[in-house]
Amino acid sequence: MSDTAAQPREDDAEEPKDPPDADESVAAETDDPSDTDGPVTGPVSTGAESVVAALEAAGAETAFGVQGGAIMPVYDALYDSSIRHVTMAHEQGAAHAADAYGVVAGEPGLCLATSGPGATNLVTGIADADMDSDAMLALTGQVPTEFVGNDAFQETDTVGVTRPITKHNYFANGADTVGDTVGEAFELSRAGRPGPTLVDLPKDVTQAETEETPGPAAPPAGTDPDPNADADAVEDAARAIEAAERPVCLFGGGVIKADASDAARTFARSYGIPVTTTMPGIGSFPEDDDLCLSWGGMHGTGYANMAITHTDCLIAVGTRFDDRLTGGIDTFAPEAEVVHIDIDPAEISKNVYADYPLIGDAERILEQLTAAVREAPDAEAWRDRCAEWKETYPLTYATPEDEPLKPQFVVEAFDEATDYDTIVTTGVGQHQMWASQFWTYTEPRTWISSHGLGTMGYGVPAAVGARVAADTMGEQDREVVCFDGDGSFLMTMQELSVAVREDLDITIAVLNNEYIGMVRQWQDAFYEGRHMASDYTWMPEFDKLAEAFGALGLRVDDYDEVAPAVEEALDYDGPAVIDFHVDPEENVLPMVPSGGANGKFATAEDQL
Amino acid sequence: MSGDSPDSRPATDGGSPASGGVPEADSRPMPSEQPGPEERNYPTGRRNLEGIRIDPVVEAEHESRRAVISALVEDEPGVLARVSGLVSRRQFNIESLTVGPTTVEGHSRITMVVEETDPGIDQIEKQMAKLKPVISVGEVSGDAVTSELVLLKVQADDPAAVHAVSEMYDGRTVDAGPETITVELTGDNASIDNAIGAFERFGIVEIARTGPTALARGNTPTAPGEKPGTAGEPTTHDD
Repeated sequence: MSDTAAQPREDDAEEPKDPPDADESVAAETDDPSDTDGPVTGPVSTGAESVVAALEAAGAETAFGVQGGAIMPVYDALYDSSIRHVTMAHEQGAAHAADAYGVVAGEPGLCLATSGPGATNLVTGIADADMDSDAMLALTGQVPTEFVGNDAFQETDTVGVTRPITKHNYFANGADTVGDTVGEAFELSRAGRPGPTLVDLPKDVTQAETEETPGPAAPPAGTDPDPNADADAVEDAARAIEAAERPVCLFGGGVIKADASDAARTFARSYGIPVTTTMPGIGSFPEDDDLCLSWGGMHGTGYANMAITHTDCLIAVGTRFDDRLTGGIDTFAPEAEVVHIDIDPAEISKNVYADYPLIGDAERILEQLTAAVREAPDAEAWRDRCAEWKETYPLTYATPEDEPLKPQFVVEAFDEATDYDTIVTTGVGQHQMWASQFWTYTEPRTWISSHGLGTMGYGVPAAVGARVAADTMGEQDREVVCFDGDGSFLMTMQELSVAVREDLDITIAVLNNEYIGMVRQWQDAFYEGRHMASDYTWMPEFDKLAEAFGALGLRVDDYDEVAPAVEEALDYDGPAVIDFHVDPEENVLPMVPSGGANGKFATAEDQL
Repeated sequence: MSGDSPDSRPATDGGSPASGGVPEADSRPMPSEQPGPEERNYPTGRRNLEGIRIDPVVEAEHESRRAVISALVEDEPGVLARVSGLVSRRQFNIESLTVGPTTVEGHSRITMVVEETDPGIDQIEKQMAKLKPVISVGEVSGDAVTSELVLLKVQADDPAAVHAVSEMYDGRTVDAGPETITVELTGDNASIDNAIGAFERFGIVEIARTGPTALARGNTPTAPGEKPGTAGEPTTHDD
C-alpha cells in the first residue's frame, strides 16, 4: 500500500526480482546460515548492506515487512541475506507479526517498512509492543537526507512520531555508522526492560558506499542494569514474607520476558504461596496447579480478585500495576505490604507503593528470595480460604439447550483438542477474555495477546508471527490457534493471504456474535442498552472469505458441529478459519467495573 | 513443552463440554447461588491515590512542592524534545526548563523546575533516567544556588526613576531609547518577582524570562555522580 505507483522506479525498473516464493526461498534460506561459524558479517559496500550485516551479526533470523520506495536499498541487500523475509499484506501486520514472533522466540522481532505511510502504518504495532514491553526493532525507510523536513513525497517525521512509543529511536546519519546503530538498536530493545526500538534510514544513507563493517552489536552503556537486587533489601523482603499470614504472588508479563517462570514456580511451591497472575503473566505459573488462582483484574477470576483484596503480603513480580489489574487504587490489596520485583526502577511505586522494592532481573531475584526465605509463612488457613473462594466463584456459563452456541464452549473444545504447548493468539474484545478465561495455560510464551494497548486486529498477524517463530525453532508440531472476534478479524484479515502464501498451519476461530461485543456489553451495562455503532450485522461470511483467500473455511452454528469442525481445522495442514456463530448476548463475567474494587466483581449482569 | 496427549488435559473450571455434543448440565454454582458484591466481606484498609497504604500514623495526602531537577544529557538532536515530551505526556506540572552546554563537549545540562508531590518528583527523576541520552539526573538540594535571567522592556517616560529601580535590584540597562528602556536582571526567583513588581509602575512593554538554572553548593555534585568537568574529558557518571 505504501509502495505507490507514483514512487519513482529508478531502482527496480530493469530487473524485477521475484517476491520471495514461499516454499523454495524458505527452504533455501533456512538452510543457509547454519554453517557460518566464523565472523558473521562479511565486507560490505553500502549502508544497506551494513544494516543487513548488523542484523545477521545480532542474530536476527526473520523479518516481517512491506516493500517501498525509501526502504528499497535495504530490501535489495536482504535479497542475498540468510534472514528470512515474510512479506505482509499491511505494515500493521508486519509489526504485530514481529511482536508475536519475538514473544514466542524470546528474541527481538524485526519489522520493516518504507517511509511515510509505511512507517505510520507500523505505529499501532510499535505502540502495542511498547505497552507490553516486547523487544522489537522497526526499520523504516526515509526520504534522502537533503529532502528531510521539506514535506517530500512519502515523508513523515518518523522519529518524531514514534518518540513516545519507543524505548529509543534513531535517525541514521551516515553509511559508515548505520550498521553499528542498527546493531545497537537491536540489542537495546532487549536490554533491561524490553521494548521496541526504531531506526529511521534515509535512502541516501542506505545507498551510499561504505567499507565500514559493523562491529559486534551491544546495547548502549548503562542500559543493561545489574541483574541482582540489593542483598539487604532481599533480606528485608524475606522477613516480611516469612511473617505474612495471607501471602499472594502476583506474576506479571515480566516473569515470562525474564524467562523466570521456573524460578517463580520453585519460589511459590517452596513456600506454599498462592499464585495469581496478571493477564500478560498468563502461562508463567501453570493454571492446573492447586496453588494457582489464575489471573486477576477486570475480567479475572473472582478467587484471584478475592485473594488480591484480602492479602497481607503481595509479592508482585514484573508487573506495572495496570488499571485493568488494580481497579481503583484505593481498594487494591488495601492491607498488603507490597514486595515489588522489577527490572525497571521507574515502575517502583509508580501506581502502587512498594514497601519492599527489589530492582533487577526477575529470575535472579526470585532465586535470591528463595535462598533468603528460611521459613515458609504460616498460611495454611489462608490457602484453605483461597480454595474456598475457588469453589465459590468458579468461571462458569450456562448452556441451556434452547440457546445458541456459547463462545466459552468453543474455547474449551479447542483446549481439550490440543496439547499443552499450543500457542494461542487473540484479537481484542470479548473473545480475548473468553480465550484467557476458559483455556488452561500451563506454559510461558503460549498466550500471545495485546494487553496494554488493547489492539483490535492483533490476532491474525500475531498468529502469522507465532507460527513462523515456532517453525523457525523447529517446533512444527505445535498448534497455533487464533481466537478472534468478528470485528477484530475484519481489521487485519488481509494477513490471511500471507498465511496462505507461506502455507502456515494456523487455525483461526472467529467467535462471531455480530457485535463489537465488549462495547455492546458496556452499552448494556452503562449506556442503557443504546447500541450505538456496535451492531455488526453486516459481517461477511467468513468461511467463504477464507476460501476466497485460499484457506479452509468452515461455519459452525450448533454444539454438535463444534468438535468435528475443530478436528478438521486442526488436522488441516494450512490456514483454516472457522466462523463460529455464537450467542450474541453472551457477556464476559466476572467483571470489575472500571475503577471499582476488585473484591466487588460482578458475577451476573444485574450486579453491574 | 510436554508430549502429553490431549486427553490428559485437566478440565478447565468452566462448563464441561462433552466432546462432540451438547454440553451436560453444569454442576458448578451459578451466579445466583454465589454471594453478590455487597454480601462479601472486605478488609477495611485502603490506599491513597498514589497507591500508598493509608496508615493512621502515616500522612495520607502529599503536598506538592517546588523542586529543581538537574540532568546531564548527551547533546544529541532531539534530546530536549525527548525530555519535554516525556514530562508533558505524563502530565507533570513543569514550571520552567533551561538548557545549555557544559564544559564537556557533547554534554548539556537541563535544569527543570517542577511543582509536584514527593512521589511525583521521584517519578520524574526515574522516568528521565530511562531516556537513553540522559547521563545523570537528580533533584538539586534545597540550598542550591539558583539564578534566573530576565529582560524587561519598560516605557521610558521617566528614565531616572527606571535607572534608580534598576540599581536597587542590581539590574543593568542594556538598551535605552526615547520610547523604551530595556533592563537585564539576574537573581533568585523571589528577587526577580520583586523586581518585576517594582518595574510595573513604569509600564512593562515586553518581558523575557529564562527560568531558573541551578548548581549545588560546595563539593556536592549537582547531578548525582557528576564529576568535575574538564573540556574534552567526559564527565561520566558511575556505572
